[in-house]
Amino acid sequence: MTDEPPADVPMIEIRNLHKTYRVGEIDVHALRGANLSVARGEFLAVVGPSGSGKSTLFHILGGLTPPTSGTVHIGGQDLLGMTDAQRTDLRKSTVGFVFQKYNLLPTLSAADNIAIARDIAKKPRETDPAFDQILELLGLKGRLHHKPRALSGGEQQRVAIARAIVNHPAILLADEPTGNLDTENSTAVLGLLRDLNTRLGQTILMITHNPEAATYGNRIAKMRDGRVVE
Amino acid sequence: MAGTRGCYTKALIHRLVLENLKHRPVRTLLSATAIGVQVTMILTLVGVSQGVLGDIAARSRGTGADILVRPPGSSVLAFSGDMPQGIVGLVRKEPHVVMATGTKVQSIGNFDSITGINLEEFNAISGGLRYLEGGPFQGPDDLLIDDVYAGAHQLHAGGKLDLGLTWRIAGVVESGKLSHIFARLDSLQDKYSARDKVSVVYVKLDDPKNLAAVIDSLKVKLEDYKVFSVDEFISLISVDSIPILKRFTNVVIGLAVIVGFLVVFLSMYTAVLERTREIGILKALGASPGYIMAILLRETFVLAVAGAIAGVLMSFGTQWIMRVFVPTMPMLIVHAWWPWAALIALTGSLIGAIYPGLKAARQDAIEALVYD
Ligand SMILES: Nc1ncnc2c1ncn2[C@@H]1O[C@H](COP(=O)(O)OP(=O)(O)O)[C@@H](O)[C@H]1O
Ligand SMILES: [Mg+2]
Repeated sequence: MTDEPPADVPMIEIRNLHKTYRVGEIDVHALRGANLSVARGEFLAVVGPSGSGKSTLFHILGGLTPPTSGTVHIGGQDLLGMTDAQRTDLRKSTVGFVFQKYNLLPTLSAADNIAIARDIAKKPRETDPAFDQILELLGLKGRLHHKPRALSGGEQQRVAIARAIVNHPAILLADEPTGNLDTENSTAVLGLLRDLNTRLGQTILMITHNPEAATYGNRIAKMRDGRVVE
Repeated sequence: MAGTRGCYTKALIHRLVLENLKHRPVRTLLSATAIGVQVTMILTLVGVSQGVLGDIAARSRGTGADILVRPPGSSVLAFSGDMPQGIVGLVRKEPHVVMATGTKVQSIGNFDSITGINLEEFNAISGGLRYLEGGPFQGPDDLLIDDVYAGAHQLHAGGKLDLGLTWRIAGVVESGKLSHIFARLDSLQDKYSARDKVSVVYVKLDDPKNLAAVIDSLKVKLEDYKVFSVDEFISLISVDSIPILKRFTNVVIGLAVIVGFLVVFLSMYTAVLERTREIGILKALGASPGYIMAILLRETFVLAVAGAIAGVLMSFGTQWIMRVFVPTMPMLIVHAWWPWAALIALTGSLIGAIYPGLKAARQDAIEALVYD
């Protein structure tokens, strides 16, 4: 699995992080000096107005886009100056991603959607007892052979969460995981995230617009104008 | 994951590939068929080439001759060159020659030709034509046709046949001896103003063991003329000895590669465009550019193999079509060319998959996942 730092070192350490997108002639400053520290085993809810840079922060943490300046450490790895190949490795082994919607490959069954994450990480399909426990928490036994279109939105999102953690990532990043779900399905997904955090000690960062969803976390970080304000 | 466990991560990527292909059945079917048509084109061309040449060889052997003499400078399959008929008399004087007869080949377009023969002499060499309908020539306008030609054009003894000039069909004979259409040598020479000209002299010996000696002797006497044993002549009838056919085959192979390339390029390009999101998901999961590329190349491989199989099957269809509609051009199923045709299809296809594959591999993951 991943080389984890000693327990006293934060899992995530962000200092003065900047991210500037260039759109045509214009520079868009998505992050302007963000600071954040997340301990191992934390479940952090990230809130803030639209456009405040929450997704951008996650994309940098998840290795989907490089930072412009500042320091970012995940599990002891420095993200600044990483090559494309190193960021691919980061996605493969250090972080798990859950997006708002359309998370699953439509042509594969739920079980195969999970298995493909193992395949990409070049791990055998057989998972370990800890993962069996996760599937237990998922509450999807008997639904795994279905294709995504035969599953409800909540079920799809739970499969996506299972896939995101099947390789035991150091952190799980969830960008508005309940943004597309009704109350009942939202509750199931949030409950799963909390169980993963409390029972397995999974470090989780979750973006949400919903104040009630934010209470599932054990800390809230608020973002505004590309900074973490509290 | 009870029931879905097992060691098949490799099988998983195969499943993804197959599901992707199944997801767009019409596109998959059309792509494979288009690749198949190329394979069929190659196999048909090769099959007809070899079939026609084999047929010519068989009919040459069917003359029963041991040696044939051709005019100076003639190429293997251009039978219509001329030489003076006097050569026949010269050849006859050679020791061990039992019989020699001159024939005149008159091309009448459409790959067809009329062969002028002296019926008595030809019968003496070949052992005689077998009549299925009618009988030998009676007048100067009479033709004999073989059953293949008769079947192809629904002709019967007693009927008329227009081959530029109008002929009467005196008889239908069993195929396999020299030509599909025979006329009297003297009347063919008259009608086409080629008095005393012949194209080939067929020679029968008393004993095949004198073959080498007679050939050597004839080569000395008929300097510059082409003197072949029938075996040697048959060995020369191959695609390699006909440069135009070889070039034409290469052109068709080139076209097959290009069409395979275009078909797969378009098919995979649209696949990549419509799978932007799936590719983004794979990338977010840590799939490397090589992983994405491998999926598309595998899909292409399956398309090409399916196309090659379809092409082979369709070549049996073209063989049937040739047999029914162009029986004078028999087509062989040339098994030895199956792997080559498949390889040619695969080459064009894989080259076609490169650009779409690179596009997919380079695609930005976020754009696909964040913006709808
Ligand atoms: N790939 C991108 N290219 C250009 N601008 C972007 C891109 N992603 C985000 N932005 C811009 O960066 C700012 C922050 O966006 P984002 O991180 O998505 O905020 P949030 O998730 O908090 O709504 C916005 O102004 C957005 O338009
Ligand atoms: Mg966002």
